[in-house]
Amino acid sequence: MAALDQGPRAVSPVPSPGEAILEAQGVSFSYGREPVLEDVDLTVRAGEFVALVGPNGSGKSTLLKVLLGTLSPSTGVVRLFGVPPARVTERARIGYVPQRPVLDSEVPATVEEIVAAGRLARRGWWRPLRREDHEEVRHALLSVGLDELANRPLNELSGGQQQRAFIARAFAGGPDLLVLDEPIAGVDAESQRRFRGSLTHLIAEHGAGVLLVSHELSAVAPDLDRVIVLKRRVLFDGPPAELAASGVSLGIHPEDLPLWLEGLR
Amino acid sequence: MPWPIDLLPYPFELGFMQRALVAGLVVGIFAPMIGTFVVQKRISLVGDGIGHLAFAGIGAGLVAGIWPIWGALVVAVAGALGLEWLRARRAASGDLALALFFYSGIAAGVVLASVGGGLDASLLTYLFGQAVTVSDSEIAVIVGLGVLIVATMLVFRRVLFAVVSDEEWSRVAGLPVGLVNTVLAVLVAVSVVAAMRIVGVLLIAALMVLPVASGQLLARSFRATIRWSSAIGGLSVVVGLAVSRFWGLAPGGTIVLVAALAFAGVALARRGALPRLRTERSGL
Repeated sequence: MAALDQGPRAVSPVPSPGEAILEAQGVSFSYGREPVLEDVDLTVRAGEFVALVGPNGSGKSTLLKVLLGTLSPSTGVVRLFGVPPARVTERARIGYVPQRPVLDSEVPATVEEIVAAGRLARRGWWRPLRREDHEEVRHALLSVGLDELANRPLNELSGGQQQRAFIARAFAGGPDLLVLDEPIAGVDAESQRRFRGSLTHLIAEHGAGVLLVSHELSAVAPDLDRVIVLKRRVLFDGPPAELAASGVSLGIHPEDLPLWLEGLR
Repeated sequence: MPWPIDLLPYPFELGFMQRALVAGLVVGIFAPMIGTFVVQKRISLVGDGIGHLAFAGIGAGLVAGIWPIWGALVVAVAGALGLEWLRARRAASGDLALALFFYSGIAAGVVLASVGGGLDASLLTYLFGQAVTVSDSEIAVIVGLGVLIVATMLVFRRVLFAVVSDEEWSRVAGLPVGLVNTVLAVLVAVSVVAAMRIVGVLLIAALMVLPVASGQLLARSFRATIRWSSAIGGLSVVVGLAVSRFWGLAPGGTIVLVAALAFAGVALARRGALPRLRTERSGL
């Protein structure tokens, strides 16, 4: 792949539509002797909106860590933008929204301060932020509908608004791949609508790929290109219509999903 | 330095009070600056642990026959790096690692001081501080450490904020998490040593954290929290020194009590304001 031949600081081109930006082949992982992932194959292409679903303990979080390079697989290969995760030098190309951000501290931080952190990887953390960085921050805030709350302390916002702030932080870096871990669990309807709009915007305008880990797919079901069902191994990988045809209407009864998975075994 | 400077009125008209004021202000303003990041990272007691270690460094300095402050600086920095190393590898829980460092530090300090023949009243000035006996060379060291803290903060403040707020995200974003945590540990150690002669190793963490407790109640952003905390820290030093001169009290303890009273005052004032704030929030 072309990216492999480039120098470490070479600027990678914007991914062309359909180009695989995240690939896992035969990935297995175990904690001690407990297998968590077995022979997982997965691909996310540029411009693609993929959901990863599965019951609690199905290995979703572990798979995310392996894909993002914070855990190494026991066997198998992961490629992010064509190279192993540890060799991705432009980390700003990865936008990440963690499951439960640890920001519950007593020290107040404004929405803007949080989102501006998203520019650090892109700008170089030691460099001061310039005007264009602040414009990107504003743009990210606009895209999640938080521009009017920019100067409010995060801990005064609702759960859904906080989650949108963390999505804006990921947007601010201008990612080519957005990875979100359970971003809409317990989020209000208004935030879910905003959330859907900002994701489709990122895909349509920037050609980014999105990998969404979630129990709750109703908010985004119409937009999904593919759904991957994980329970230690990949049980299903295909368009949502096919999954629906196999007896599950996506997201309408999210509590049915684990039940249905039991049936699939 | 030509002390006293004539401009200052009572209680700062004398040279020793002015030296205490300069050294105290540097520490009072910069310790809470570091403290804001320490509180955000939820390691408020780390300054305490490193303070105890610095005490071992003083003992080591006495044995080695070098200036105790250098001994304290070396051991505090080494200890801070060790703590961070343990924390990052989860070799010991934060709590347990701190306890280990607390007690072995203070024990080693006393034992080493007795070996070095320094187990007398002068040791108390390190335990509880003695701002009014600060010498010109100590002021030079404290100001130097203060400049080092500010310079480092200017470069690292944004990435420090990102890492102490959300380490997992920072790691994925490719921010230098290990470096930043190490820098914070060293900054804590440096401010501990700078604060040692002012409030003493037993009260250092108080000066680092108490003004932040007040600051975060007053501020509505991280940046403003740093500013409020530094202002309250500096003010606590000025008021504390003045009060201690007026009533002949121990300056280190008085400064910390003033900082604690400031927190009580801010918290009470905020309590009165809370019902109003709640309505604002529910209106969202």
